[in-house]
Amino acid sequence: MSGKRNTRLPDGQDARIIMVSGPVVRAMPASGFAMNEMVAVGPEQLVGEVIGLEKGIATIQVFEDTTGVRPGTPVRGLGLPLFVELGPGLVGEIFDGIQRPLKGLREKWGDFIHRGKIGTALDRDRPWSFTPLVKAGAGVRPGMKLGRIPESRGVDHYLLVPPGMEGTLHRIAAAGEYTIEDVVAEVETGQGILPLRLYHRWPVRKLRPCGRRMLPAEPLITGQRVIDTFFPLARGGTAAIPGGFGTGKTITQHQLSKWADADLIVYIGCGERGNEMTGVLVDFPQLLDPRSGHPLIERTILIANTSDMPVAAREASIYTGITIAEYYRDMGYDVALMADSTSRWAEALREISGRLEEMPAEEGFPAYLASRLAAFYERGGQVTTLGGDRGSVTLIGAVSPPGGDFSEPVTMHTKRFVQCFWALDKELASARYFPAINYLQSYSAYGDQVTRWWQDRVGTDWNELRTEAMEILQEDARLQNIVKLLGEEALPDDQRRIIESARLIKDDFLQQSAFDPVDTYAGPEKQYLLLGVIMHFIHRLRDIVEARIPLYQAMELEVVADLHRAKFTWKGDDPAPFAELRRRIDQAVDGILRRQAGPSYPAGMGEDEQ
Amino acid sequence: MNEFPDSNQDRRPSGPELEYLGIDSVSGPLIVIRGISEVGFAERVEVTGPDGAVRQGRVLSVSEEAAVIEVFQGTSGLSQPGSRVRFTGRPFEFIVSKEDVLGRIFDGLGRPLDGGPAPYNGEPRNINGYPINPVARAYPRDFIQTGISAIDGMNTLVRGQKLPIFSGSGLPHNRLAAQIVRQARLLTGEERFAVVFGAMGVRHDEAEGFRRGFEESGVLKNVAMFLNLADDSTVERLITPRIALTAAEFLAFEEGMHVLVILTDMTNYCEALREVATSKGEVPSRKGYPGYLYSDLASIYERAGRLTDRPGSVTQIPILTMPDDDITHPIPDLTGYITEGQIVLERALAQKGIYPPINVLPSLSRLMSDGIGEKRTREDHRNLSSQLYAAYARARQVQRLAAIVGEEELSLTDKRYLEFARAFEHRFLAQKDNEERTIFSTLDLGWELAMLLPPQELTRVREEEVEKYGRPHGKTADTGDQEQPAAP
Repeated sequence: MSGKRNTRLPDGQDARIIMVSGPVVRAMPASGFAMNEMVAVGPEQLVGEVIGLEKGIATIQVFEDTTGVRPGTPVRGLGLPLFVELGPGLVGEIFDGIQRPLKGLREKWGDFIHRGKIGTALDRDRPWSFTPLVKAGAGVRPGMKLGRIPESRGVDHYLLVPPGMEGTLHRIAAAGEYTIEDVVAEVETGQGILPLRLYHRWPVRKLRPCGRRMLPAEPLITGQRVIDTFFPLARGGTAAIPGGFGTGKTITQHQLSKWADADLIVYIGCGERGNEMTGVLVDFPQLLDPRSGHPLIERTILIANTSDMPVAAREASIYTGITIAEYYRDMGYDVALMADSTSRWAEALREISGRLEEMPAEEGFPAYLASRLAAFYERGGQVTTLGGDRGSVTLIGAVSPPGGDFSEPVTMHTKRFVQCFWALDKELASARYFPAINYLQSYSAYGDQVTRWWQDRVGTDWNELRTEAMEILQEDARLQNIVKLLGEEALPDDQRRIIESARLIKDDFLQQSAFDPVDTYAGPEKQYLLLGVIMHFIHRLRDIVEARIPLYQAMELEVVADLHRAKFTWKGDDPAPFAELRRRIDQAVDGILRRQAGPSYPAGMGEDEQ
Repeated sequence: MNEFPDSNQDRRPSGPELEYLGIDSVSGPLIVIRGISEVGFAERVEVTGPDGAVRQGRVLSVSEEAAVIEVFQGTSGLSQPGSRVRFTGRPFEFIVSKEDVLGRIFDGLGRPLDGGPAPYNGEPRNINGYPINPVARAYPRDFIQTGISAIDGMNTLVRGQKLPIFSGSGLPHNRLAAQIVRQARLLTGEERFAVVFGAMGVRHDEAEGFRRGFEESGVLKNVAMFLNLADDSTVERLITPRIALTAAEFLAFEEGMHVLVILTDMTNYCEALREVATSKGEVPSRKGYPGYLYSDLASIYERAGRLTDRPGSVTQIPILTMPDDDITHPIPDLTGYITEGQIVLERALAQKGIYPPINVLPSLSRLMSDGIGEKRTREDHRNLSSQLYAAYARARQVQRLAAIVGEEELSLTDKRYLEFARAFEHRFLAQKDNEERTIFSTLDLGWELAMLLPPQELTRVREEEVEKYGRPHGKTADTGDQEQPAAP
């Protein structure tokens, strides 16, 4: 179409573009627009959002490629802020940053993503089975569950009374099959009778309201030993995984989304590799959720805005993801959201900010970077829902610091707003030591809060075990400075014992293979049993050193090889093999002690440790 | 200023062709022209100077009255009144077909350098390409044998991967890239294999070296070369890799070929990007590079991969020289965040005379674990490479220790590690540039080296694997002079 034709406006209502610079366009007059309103740009109806209104000019970020867009092109306000569609059909799907369904895009455009208008996020024709939970005539209030819609084998979707709607249920559909466009309920309110469909729209930048926020007290088990035992995450908590490239951020995120003890996973691939999202799409339908036994994809929602997709949509993808997470939280689910990577999101902010010619703060990032990060992490939490259930959104953000330098703005600010900090270490990664979580730099503020849960459910001495293990690791780090200069041989045996003990903890407990079918997931019982038996051997090493027996005699016991193999061998559902290993350790250590001491050594010493 | 509306009434779909006389300001590679209309963002522009020479350009930003244009051949010689600017109404495009690009040499903007005709068969394609829908991607898993032990054994390349070489000035990255091209092709059928070579700011002799290498190994007819040489325009470098990848995507996804793309040197590309950004007065981020360097590099590197419904593949081996050998410099750093690993060359190894001087410790292939193992390479590959990594990492620590306390003071185990390091560097890493090792000989060699270590140090391989591959003919490993008795 010729540009001339576009500039003739049918009704004089539309604004026209006056400037284009990459993803940012300016249009006037601005009078017809509202801040954060969604707009359609030009005849192709490129999706954009109003991000500034000043002096009669509207500044718009466009979520699609703007090549060829010209001044004079009309821009139409859609009368709604940037929103997502919330309803059945989200689980198991993959969307881009502004919730366009990627499978749908492929049907329309083929293997490459083009730009322009595409249908809706949710399938309008798909029938859903609906069962009413409330009878007509009942009083209803926001958050109340009106009906159940099985969405996948693992997830039941609930039709909720939207926030702000209160009254009497005028009519509710009978059990049966409905599409999301069908009106399944009507609520009589002060404003008249309002229809309810199986879906509704919600602005992504607006928090979904909830009841009371609760303090996190229960761990979110991830099956990853270094996390659960040493730097635990709580339901409704916040965590950051910073790490340079090649340190395993993405594998860690994938491991968490596979094994985290949550009802639903929202995984946001934000400015990352296309192949990684493909990997998730290939793996997740095949892997089984250890809790439900169903394929992981049936509890997963994917948002993919890969690094080569438009940058403004990358900025939006985080909000699209978290709004969806809050929606399922409101049904009473525990949702875990992984954002990989928040640094790419911050860079998108920086790019847009640069195009707006805003005054930069640190390293070119806008001054509002910190407040945006804070606002994002504040959307996590464990809450009572409006309907009175309990739900949570746990947030885990990867951070990609330039040059692996944790003093850069995104890592620094993120650190202020998260309670768990799992620092990935380049040196550990290059020794192929995974997960490369540096146990000296990492921390979790939830350790004390989740202790109770572990003591009640798993083992009363959980906290003592992990505290002692951590002390050994700290002591080891101190000694390693000496070892670097003088070599291990230079240390006396009681210090070499620390080094050997730390090595056992590091190699046989902290290191965990994501590729080994048994080792990839360790439940709380296994973690406790494994650490218990390792610490037991470490205690016995003390006896060896006190008896002035060379340490290597103990380290070369056959039973040590079994200790190394324990994590690959047992799943932890049965404590018997761990008890047996303990017994064999005692037997072997006592054997050495007896040989050294001669016949005077009392049999059975050391077994009291059990 | 006079306006010459395009006489051609047959307007193309995206916008009108318009020509204007005179430009309003010139600054570095950028020109500003006012009093325009109907100009679209990012469209291609032809600028004709007073001397009649036509230069290519692209619209960087446009408002109602003015457009900012980057001129690829530089602005030297342009005068304000005497220059003409023609807006083509189209984005930058390259016409590509199999016959017209393979066996050919082009300049950095896709114009023939070999005396042949410009490509004319086929559709013009937007050189920026389009993002591949993640749903349409096939996960890369097919092992490519490069014949180089440090790559095949330790950092396996798979088809559809983007695996850059992080090098430094004066290191033999070109020699290595040429060897990969020569040897990797042997695994696939000749006619389905193609090489696309994009050079940004490389020296004339380097480009010629590649060309000769392709010729000598007989692949030249399957190679398309796009050359922006060191003395060519800087800004043009922003276009070269995109044209090269447009050709590569066509050959892979329309013609079903397995395309290996070599892009060298990405550092020059990034510097061109910085130059343009600075001229525009943009807010710089690290080391003066623009804040969108990551997104810009991603728009190049992400154009690699495989698709589920189409047979071909694009495998990228970008080469970059790390300024001052610094891997934390923004260029290698951001590259490493986008690519699926990196092959790192190390000066210290090169100084020991080891070719290829690949330091396997900072090197990584992210797709390796899916491309190796039983049925792909060999069942013991994963554990063996993990063992070699761990041993070499420990050996490097011992080397550092030995430098302080002296080799005599080391324990016997540590001495074995030193011996291992020497053997690993001189026998495993080092090979001739015409030496092609099969994956099996690479793995066997790896086992030979692993067996130099005391048995209790082999913690990452399984006992059965040691039996089967470490002592293949039933011979027992030399246990040597151990300071510690073996486990009972």
